[in-house]
Amino acid sequence: MNLTLNIWRQDGPQAKGRMVTYKVTDISPDMSFLEMLDVLNEQLNDGGEEPIAFDSDCREGICGMCGLMISGDAHGPEKTTTCQLHMRSFSDGETITIEPWRAEAFPVIRDLVVDRSAFDRIIQAGGFISVNTGAAPEAHAVPVPKVKADRAFEAAECIGCGACVAACPNASAMLFMGAKVTHLGELPQGQPERFSRVVDMVSQHDGEGFGGCTNVGACSTACPKGIPLDVISTLNMDLRHALSRKA
Amino acid sequence: MTDKNAQLDDLSDGGSQPDLVDGSEEINPPVADAHAPAPAGAGRDGTDLFTPGEPIADTKAPAGPIADKWATRQFDAALVNPANRRKLSVIIVGTGLAGASAGATLGEAGYHVKSFCYQDSPRRAHSIAAQGGINAAKNYKEDGDSIYRLFYDTVKGGDYRSRETNVYRLAEVSANIIDQCVAQGVPFAREYGGLLDNRSFGGVQVSRTFYARGQTGQQLLIGAYQALERQVAAGTVETFTRHEMLELIVVDGRARGIIARNMVTGEIETHLADAVVLASGGYGNVFFLSTNAMGSNVTASWRAHRKGAYFANPCYTQIHPTCIPVSGAHQSKLTLMSESLRNDGRIWVPKDPADADKDPRQIPEEARDYYLERIYPSFGNLVPRDIASRAAKYQCDDGKGVGPAVEEIDAEGNSRMVRRGVYLDFAEAISRLGKPAVEAKYGNLFDMYQRITGENPYEVPMRIYPAVHYTMGGLWVDYDLQSSIPGLFVAGEANFSDHGANRLGASALMQGLADGYFVLPNTIRDYLAKGPFEKVASDSPDVVAARAQVTDRINKFLSIQGTRSVDSYHKELGAIMWEYCGMERTEVGLRKAIGLIRELRADFWTNVRVLGANEQLNQSLEKAGRVADFLELGELMCIDALHRRESCGGHFRAESQTEDGEALRHDDLFAYVAAWEWGGENGAPTLHKEDLEYEAIEMKQRSYK
Repeated sequence: MNLTLNIWRQDGPQAKGRMVTYKVTDISPDMSFLEMLDVLNEQLNDGGEEPIAFDSDCREGICGMCGLMISGDAHGPEKTTTCQLHMRSFSDGETITIEPWRAEAFPVIRDLVVDRSAFDRIIQAGGFISVNTGAAPEAHAVPVPKVKADRAFEAAECIGCGACVAACPNASAMLFMGAKVTHLGELPQGQPERFSRVVDMVSQHDGEGFGGCTNVGACSTACPKGIPLDVISTLNMDLRHALSRKA
Repeated sequence: MTDKNAQLDDLSDGGSQPDLVDGSEEINPPVADAHAPAPAGAGRDGTDLFTPGEPIADTKAPAGPIADKWATRQFDAALVNPANRRKLSVIIVGTGLAGASAGATLGEAGYHVKSFCYQDSPRRAHSIAAQGGINAAKNYKEDGDSIYRLFYDTVKGGDYRSRETNVYRLAEVSANIIDQCVAQGVPFAREYGGLLDNRSFGGVQVSRTFYARGQTGQQLLIGAYQALERQVAAGTVETFTRHEMLELIVVDGRARGIIARNMVTGEIETHLADAVVLASGGYGNVFFLSTNAMGSNVTASWRAHRKGAYFANPCYTQIHPTCIPVSGAHQSKLTLMSESLRNDGRIWVPKDPADADKDPRQIPEEARDYYLERIYPSFGNLVPRDIASRAAKYQCDDGKGVGPAVEEIDAEGNSRMVRRGVYLDFAEAISRLGKPAVEAKYGNLFDMYQRITGENPYEVPMRIYPAVHYTMGGLWVDYDLQSSIPGLFVAGEANFSDHGANRLGASALMQGLADGYFVLPNTIRDYLAKGPFEKVASDSPDVVAARAQVTDRINKFLSIQGTRSVDSYHKELGAIMWEYCGMERTEVGLRKAIGLIRELRADFWTNVRVLGANEQLNQSLEKAGRVADFLELGELMCIDALHRRESCGGHFRAESQTEDGEALRHDDLFAYVAAWEWGGENGAPTLHKEDLEYEAIEMKQRSYK
């Protein structure tokens, strides 16, 4: 396959970015999208031009490190991570636009690499269960109904890639946060901190500059792990409950 | 066994006898062309390439019955008054299962922790990609499991090349890990009654593996990550993301800090502490193609090795049998399919190579060879990883492989087309359990396979082939997980102690969390109780020297301005390692590899092209440092493989096999840990041996027939 790539290049956080056009040839449909970029980077390096910076690590669709806007779609046209997107999803001669995640709370570091540390700070605000090591009861002491365990698991699948934010017109991180609140809130272990957790996380979220949720649903559509939109309803329900209890 | 030491001495003095010691005929069976003469004056075990050193031993494991050792050690280890803990500081490099759990636990205890990772968040460490599960001796199924049985299986599965005391402790704390993770909210699979479910896993006949669909590693890591972030909020842990440790600071013989590069700004930072923990994972990426994350590297361990930490059993590489086969030269990494698939999938190849191109569904039962079930009837498709891997390789070597033919260059430099794949077939499982049940168990793995290959595994059998997965070698540690440098502790895959020559499925996650949650916090306090140590000035000569080493190296990479990319060197190194130090090794091949690696390394340092500057996010520069270290490690791996003239675990020496082609171990000669000391820039490494003493378990040859 031969492709034309329009790629966002930006030398540093303060530098002005620009779109640059590159051509790649002899791309195999079996290549992953990132392997296609590897090929381009080898070409650039050989030609004396600095390779394009992009994030990736496990390349198995689970670490959440990779993430590109590909022709306007977070992670591209398939419901998967960028590393698990393969060139067979594109056609010969196509022009592809590649940009970094777009959100104020995810500032660009260089080229296609963004800073997602706001996610860590949201977790720090309460996305955990407070249990010290060695203080845990026997695992079978607390049975968990399978239905609840499955729902918690489904939410726990979030990989924190940030596609939900990038896809959202408001750059809201409600899906990311809803997934964590649902994961921990569905389990008996998560009950003691259930309501303080949601308040603290939402407060951190807003402080980081993520936008509000207006139920567009683009987040869930873009999510490579299929986190369902209704985790946001769970979050809103818990938040309402927490605030009314406070008042 | 009584004369073992005498024989070891014979071996370590340079191999001056013509055919070495008794048993050498077995070590070197009459395999045609298996070994060419070694260089004049050289011992057959490679003594021309290293210097024999003094034996070493673990001095920290307490005496007494094995079941009491850990309790004794915990009691004997000195305590630190809670008020004094906040005055003590620990640096932890790596945030995988071992690093994140250690950071969280030491933070909870009240020490000041600095946690480093090269990723943008601790949550992305490669432990996250582990799929299958985590073992624990809970005996929830009442199927005869116990701490002793988990211990026994682990030592046996490691081919009797792990340290007995460490493994027993691992089995002992395994049950606590599950309790801890469940309390944190890790969503393990459950039965309808609300209790935890278990499954049996690779080579084990009891159901002791806890799992969270095919994402156990992710769920466990997120649990540890959340515990770590909780401590960040509490102010006990500081995290340094997008930071890479590039040098260890050793002052007065003790590890006192690290030099790290801020990967965003290029700033070279000095971080000092009372102790340093390396939990930086394995080095399987030396092969370029592996199941490791792209960024997984050996730099933290290797820099420590060069500062005096012994590197133990570097050649012990685990080859995982169930990976998606390579599809072409562009391949950047390999993807593992959980070996839990082997519980229900049946592995076969067509009996007739002419059937390779046929739709596998059209090949009748009688034309299929379910070779694992045929050769190993009692274990069948669940034989250990090394056996399953090698069996697949032999089928493909014999021309019975399936899938696309890929070009290979053999040891003689000839090119040929080989199909590297065998079928993993779920047709029977789907007809027996129904598609929904198979989907519930393996759905995400099937989806992943389909995305990568474009084939639907519910319809057509999957294709799998072995790939480099996990390294059992690593920095040498004692029972306290302390390396040969006081104050430098090593946890998880980065150390060597628990897995021997082979690793059982679901034991890596167990080790990572055992080390981080339970072992290290108890053993490191004994060291810290002697602190705080005298403050190190940031301009002290050792610190200045370490910083200078880092900056000089970076400047060197940027100044060479050659013609070849870093990746091209990495790929070439990987091909050498896979061909000669992979699933099957010979003396001739290993010697050839060492020569090739030396040439490649020399070329790298004169001809690599790294563009850009240090003061920016520069991924080529990051890779250059890592590949430079891999080029040194690769040679040591080959030397280690060369000197170990036995087959054990995934390390198959063609010269050491039984009459029917199975791996032949030599407990009389090689029941030791090979701990290598850095020999200087152009010097030969020194080999220290730690005899493996088995008091609780009798060594046996493994048999899975």
